Amino acid sequence: MRRLSKVSLGILGLLAILSTKSAAFAAGPEADFKTAYAAAEAAEKQAGVLRNQWLPTETALADARKAAEKSDFDRAVAAAKEAEALAKASIFQANSEKEAWKNLEIR
Amino acid sequence: MATRVGRTGRRLSVRFLLISLASLVVTLLQAPAGADSVDPAAEARAFRDYFLHKFPNVKPDDFVNGPYALNEDMRRQWEEKEQFPPYEFSLENGKELFARPFANGKHYADCFADQGIAIRQNYPQFDAASGKVVTLELALNQCREANGEKAISYTGEDMAALTAYMAYTSRGMPFDIKIPNDPRAIEAYENGKRYFYTRRGQLNFSCATCHVQNPGEHLRAEVLAPALGILNAMPIYRSEWGGMGTTSRRFISCNSQVRGVPLPPQSDEYRDLEYYLSYVSNGLPISGPGSRP
Ligand code: HEC
Repeated sequence: MRRLSKVSLGILGLLAILSTKSAAFAAGPEADFKTAYAAAEAAEKQAGVLRNQWLPTETALADARKAAEKSDFDRAVAAAKEAEALAKASIFQANSEKEAWKNLEIR
Repeated sequence: MATRVGRTGRRLSVRFLLISLASLVVTLLQAPAGADSVDPAAEARAFRDYFLHKFPNVKPDDFVNGPYALNEDMRRQWEEKEQFPPYEFSLENGKELFARPFANGKHYADCFADQGIAIRQNYPQFDAASGKVVTLELALNQCREANGEKAISYTGEDMAALTAYMAYTSRGMPFDIKIPNDPRAIEAYENGKRYFYTRRGQLNFSCATCHVQNPGEHLRAEVLAPALGILNAMPIYRSEWGGMGTTSRRFISCNSQVRGVPLPPQSDEYRDLEYYLSYVSNGLPISGPGSRP
């Protein structure tokens, strides 16, 4: 029992080292940007399906692209994350308004 | 409702059942529109009453003058300006454009009832063939395309000029928007209503936040127009724009103001929105083209 757990711990450790190594290999500021930008773009696309995109999301996405072009990946990642947060807020708004709009209706 | 009455009846006396049935009948008579069915005519009355109560000193027909109906100072300046209205040039241009033949020799007039004169109050219309709402702007481009001409911009000067001229020939005629007994027409009306009341953009405002809850209030240098009669003066000249703006242009700029990405002009949502807003202003006179400071 004890030996088994030692072996499995060893395997886990190996896996952990391997995965950090491969992560380190794939990572780097540009890859971080690509991941963050893809997530933001996907959320904004969803907001588009709901017909409820926000202008500041578009601005933040454009800022992210501009910063990435200048290889300023810290800024690019920050802008992409902001865009994703804004897009998610607009999705939340669209979904909650599916019912909430009735509160404003003149009756 | 029926099941609740039934369950109550089983538990309580026959007499009570009769009373509750009677009250059910009374409720049904008082409110012919249940929670789920739509009664656009009743909704339009409620819409109108809201504004008449909110502004008891404004005559119903005056709502078509937008901010001028609610603000004395602005009204005085406007009345002076109307001696030489800033939309005059566009109006002349529109008259000329309207009369100019297409390459095939046909005219805009050939596409419309009554040669397109004094018909603006009948738009938007529900078109049974396409199952969709057709606004005046859309009808003008459909006319062009049917005659082999390219569509013109919905936000440009020519569209503003053409609709200005058509509105002018309808001045004083009450909006007469029809919702035919077609589920698709009712749905278009419902979609327009939902669009109007739905909060959007980063500012989390709906059209109603500004034009129902706060008409007459200042937003920066502007005074918010009431939603009742809000389309009767379209298209409008705006000093801020340095020119004329179509209904499409106005919807787009109102969406942008709340930091929402506007939809393409004449998208289904905007068409339905225009259908709803025009319908609830039925009976109020066309006053376009308008001018705003
Ligand atoms: C943040 C407030 C705000 C919101 C929200 C808003 N508008 Fe406006 N709207 C304005 C302002 C400001 C004007 C220019 C002053 C005026 O005429 O009301 C205007 C003007 C208009 C006009 C022209 C009225 C006239 O007489 O000049 C129309 C039509 C209109 N809005 C429709 C809409 C619609 C439809 C929506 C929803 C999609 C909407 N607005 C949302 C602020 C808003």
